[in-house]
Amino acid sequence: MIATLIFVIAIAGFLQFFVSYCRSLIAAYERVDLSEQAREVTGIQDRQVHGQDFERLLQLVRMCPEPGDDSREIGAVRTYFGLLSLARATFRRIAPALEQRMERERESCAYFAAVALDRRIAHSRGLMAEQLVNH
Amino acid sequence: MLGPIDYVLWFLTALLQAAVVVCALRGRTFWKYSTLNFYMLAASFLTAGRFVIFWEYGFPSPAYTYFYYYSDAFLTICLYFALMELYSHVFRAMGINRYVRAGALLLLALTCWVTFQVVMNSSAKLLTNFVVELQQNLYFVGLVLTYLLWGAVMKQRETRAQVVQLVSALGVYFSGFAANYAFYHLSQEHLAIWNYVPPMLALWLPAAWAYTFAKVPEEARIATAHIAATHGSIR
Repeated sequence: MIATLIFVIAIAGFLQFFVSYCRSLIAAYERVDLSEQAREVTGIQDRQVHGQDFERLLQLVRMCPEPGDDSREIGAVRTYFGLLSLARATFRRIAPALEQRMERERESCAYFAAVALDRRIAHSRGLMAEQLVNH
Repeated sequence: MLGPIDYVLWFLTALLQAAVVVCALRGRTFWKYSTLNFYMLAASFLTAGRFVIFWEYGFPSPAYTYFYYYSDAFLTICLYFALMELYSHVFRAMGINRYVRAGALLLLALTCWVTFQVVMNSSAKLLTNFVVELQQNLYFVGLVLTYLLWGAVMKQRETRAQVVQLVSALGVYFSGFAANYAFYHLSQEHLAIWNYVPPMLALWLPAAWAYTFAKVPEEARIATAHIAATHGSIR
């Protein structure tokens, strides 16, 4: 009985802290506006992005050379997105209001991926410019 | 018998713990979070020390068992003080740091006293029983205090990104261990996969803290309302 209680409280606490941690990672990206080039590549307009675009954006992110400083963030947000997708699927029939909330969170994750892509594009352009100068 | 994954996790833990200190030094936040960094430094040395003892005497040896439990108790006390440092950062604006410190010492003394009352009847290995029991009790106290601290972070609308990330990462760590501990007692069968949960959680804390010190600037601010798990949406 006590073990069950501890388990339930601990899992609730774990989710609370993990969601907050991921949101603190995403929050830093939320204030960033996408460059014109990133908008063209992703087809995103006026910060409107759908949750379902997350995987597509992540695939684009993977195609760019790694700047070496964002892979951990992307990994954490990817896990968070997975959890959100699972919760969304679970709540779809039981609580539609919660499902909508999950979808908004998924949209934030997708925007995060778009900003990560934007940064990687900028990094790639920097590398190219550097190579052109050297040759 | 340890496999290659166990060795990798062992070394990775020690490396990440050392990385926290290196990142804090590079980010010039070492002294600001001195207790927290001391904990990670001690953890790094003791994790390496455990490996040396293991290599020399083996897993089932009394030397390894004693070293493990005594070092774990020491690290739990260090983590307790690291948590108190986070408390003092959150409550600094209120000017009650002195009371927080006094309260922390009082709570530690009380935990020691309660632990001693529990183990005083064990005739043999009194000190060892005390150390093991104290470590478990302090872990529980740490878990409760982290939940309370998170409540204070939300209530006070703490905006410093570093503090928010350090506390939430600690919350994930404590909650994960508590859930694993409870699940271990609940489940009838112990699958081998569960043996990897504690080492993975042990990796989480230094990884998250190292990230915070390396990537989050000291002056970075976030709106607390946006990171609360109960809040609707960020954008």
